[in-house]
Amino acid sequence: MPELTSQKIPVTVLTGYLGAGKTTLLNRILSENHGKKYAVIVNEFGEIGIDNDLIIGADEEVFEMNNGCVCCTVRGDLVRILEGLMKRKGKFDAIIVETTGLADPAPVAQTFFVDEDVQKNARLDAVVTVADAKWLSDRLKDAPEAKNQIAFADVIVLNKIDLVSSAELAEVEARIRAINPYAKLHRTERCEVALADVLERGAFDLDRILEIEPEFLEAGDDHDHHHGHDHHHDHGHGGHGHGGLKHYHDEDMQSLSLRSDKPLDAAKFMPWLQDLVASEGQKILRSKGILAFSDDDDRYVFQGVHMMLEGDHQRAWKDGEARQSRLVFIGRELPEQMIRDGFARCVMP
Amino acid sequence: MKEFDPADKSASIVSVTDRVRPLAIGMPVMAVHFLGGHAAFVGAEENVALVSGDGEIRQVPVHGGGILCVASDGARLVTGGDDGRLVALAANGEVALLATDPKRRWIDNVALHPDGAVAWSAGKTAFVRSGRTEEKSFPVPSTVGGLAFAPKGLRLAIAHYNGVTLWFPNMAANPEFLEWAGSHLGVMFSPDNRFLVTAMHEPALHGWRLADNRHMRMTGYPGRVRSMSWSAGGKALATSGADTVIMWPFASKDGPMGKEPAMLAPLQARVSMVACHPKQDILAAGYSDGTILMVRLNDGAEILVRRNGTAPVTGLAWNAKGAMLAFAAEDGEAGLLEL
Repeated sequence: MPELTSQKIPVTVLTGYLGAGKTTLLNRILSENHGKKYAVIVNEFGEIGIDNDLIIGADEEVFEMNNGCVCCTVRGDLVRILEGLMKRKGKFDAIIVETTGLADPAPVAQTFFVDEDVQKNARLDAVVTVADAKWLSDRLKDAPEAKNQIAFADVIVLNKIDLVSSAELAEVEARIRAINPYAKLHRTERCEVALADVLERGAFDLDRILEIEPEFLEAGDDHDHHHGHDHHHDHGHGGHGHGGLKHYHDEDMQSLSLRSDKPLDAAKFMPWLQDLVASEGQKILRSKGILAFSDDDDRYVFQGVHMMLEGDHQRAWKDGEARQSRLVFIGRELPEQMIRDGFARCVMP
Repeated sequence: MKEFDPADKSASIVSVTDRVRPLAIGMPVMAVHFLGGHAAFVGAEENVALVSGDGEIRQVPVHGGGILCVASDGARLVTGGDDGRLVALAANGEVALLATDPKRRWIDNVALHPDGAVAWSAGKTAFVRSGRTEEKSFPVPSTVGGLAFAPKGLRLAIAHYNGVTLWFPNMAANPEFLEWAGSHLGVMFSPDNRFLVTAMHEPALHGWRLADNRHMRMTGYPGRVRSMSWSAGGKALATSGADTVIMWPFASKDGPMGKEPAMLAPLQARVSMVACHPKQDILAAGYSDGTILMVRLNDGAEILVRRNGTAPVTGLAWNAKGAMLAFAAEDGEAGLLEL
C-alpha cells in the first residue's frame, strides 16, 4: 500500500478569493530552491512570471456526471490535463492546480474520487486556501465562494496580516474557525509560509487522517464525550462554540464533531452514513472519521466530499489505545440533531 | 458473463508467441500504426520509433514534450503535442510541421480524411485544413474531446461536453448539433456513414443513427472505453473497457438498438486495446496485464500472441493487408507478428 501511494503524483489544490495572494504563493513555490519540479495547472496564463513548459492553462470546465447525483460534478479539463501530464511522468514530482477566485473546490476534489484513471495516477494531497486577512471577513458575508473555500480547506494561509490590527486578525481567525476548526492555519505576510506546510500534506490520505489529530483535539468538544439520546446542549451564537457546533453570528457554514467511547455497530453505521451523505450530501462539504466497530480489532477510517465516500480498515487498534470513534462534518446548514440522533442509534447498547 | 478458468485455458490455448519478433522500443509507447512498410511506435513523449519489417528501429524526434494524439492514414502519421505543434511524419522518416498553436496550447486531438484533409483541436477550437484552401476553425462550447471525419464528404464530428457538433468546413450551412448529456471524449463514424458513436467519460458509449438522430445507449462497462475498432465491413464495433471484448452489432438498420453485445475473449484483466483485422472476421485484443489474443469473431476461438505479466497493452495495429500485427505495452516492450 505505501508503495502504491508513493507512485501516485500528489496534487495540491490552491484556492482563494480574488486578490488573496494565490499567484504570490505559486510564484514562490516555482522559484524557491527546493529541488522539486512542479507541474502547474493555472486558470490564467501570464500571471506567473516564470517560463516553464509544465505550466498549463486550463478553462475550469465543471461537468456533471451521468449518474443521477446532482452534486456529483468533476472538472473535465482536469481529467484531460492530468491524462496528458502522465505522458511526462518522471519530469515532475507533484502537480498544483490553481482555481479561479470564484471556484468551488468540490468539483476539483471530486475528480479524484470519481475518475478511475485520475485515481490510478494521482492523489489529492490537500486543499490549500489563501485568504486575505483584511478582506476575508467581508467576503465571508457577501461571497459564498469564499466561504466554500474556507470550509473545504485542509490548510489556510491567512495572508496580508501586516495590513490588519491584532483585533482584526483575531476577528477574522474566529470567523475562519467558526467555519472550519480543523484546517491548519498559517499567518503570513506576502505568503511567506514554509512550503513544507502547504505541500505534501497528505490530507486526503486515509492513513494519515490521524495526523490531523492535534487539530481534531484542539478544536474538539472535550465535554462531549458521551453521546446519549438525551444529550442536550445549547449552541452559542457568539464566537465560541459548544458541543462541537460552532456559530459565529449568522454563519450558515458549520462543523459538527461526534464522538463515542462505546463501539459502533458496523451493520447500522455504514448504511446510516451512506444514507446520510446520499440525502444530505449537498450540504456536507467534507467529512472524515476514525471508527471503532464492535467485534473488529481494526480501526476503520473514512473521508468524504459531498456524496462521495471512501473508507478502509487502517490498522489494528493498539494495546492500551482508547477505542474511540470520532467523526467530523463540515457543511452548510447541517441538520445537527438528525445527524446526532442517527449517530447515537449506531452506538452499541 | 461466461465462466472462465485461465489455468485450464492457458494449457490448451493455441499459441503463436514463438512467432513474434520481440522489440524493445526503449520508451513508453502510446500508440502503434503502420506507415508504409514500417510499424510506427508512437512514444508517450518526443519520439516515434519507426521499425522496419526486419526489426531495425529508428527513433525520429517529433515533439518537444508529450505526444497527446495521433492519427494515421497509412501514408503519413500526424501527431499533436503539448508543445503546441501539429507534426506529420512520412514513412521515409521525414518530419513536417503542419501547424503551431500561437498560444502554445496543447494539441489534444487530430483526425485525417482519406483525401488528405487534416483536423486538429486546441482547447475549445477545432481546425481543418484541406487541399489548398486556407485553414478554417470552429469553436465549440467546451473543450474538444474527440474528432472524426465522416467517410464521405468533408464533414467533421467534434465531440465535446453534452454532445457532438457535425461541421461542414466547406459549406455555409449551420453545423448540426447532436445532444446527449455528459462528456464525450472519443468519436467515430461507422464505415457506411450511417452511425456515429462516442466514448463518454462515464463508462459508456453513446450512438446516433444519423438518418433520424435516434439515440443508442451502450452501457454496462466497468471502465472507460478508450479503444474502439470496426470489424471488417463495419458489421460490428469492438470495444475495450471490460474484462471481455464487447462487440456491438451494427449490421442491421437499427444498429445495436435492442440487442445484446457479443462478449469475446474473457480474461481476468481489463481489455485495453482492440484492433479488428482489416479483411477477415478476426480481431486482436490487448489487456491491462499485457496479454494479447487473436480472436475469431464467429466462434470466439482464441490464439495467444503474447503472455500476461507485463505493463498494459497500449498499442495494437494491423497493416493494411492484414498480414502483420504490431503491438506495444506501456513500458515499451513491443513485438511484430507476421501471419
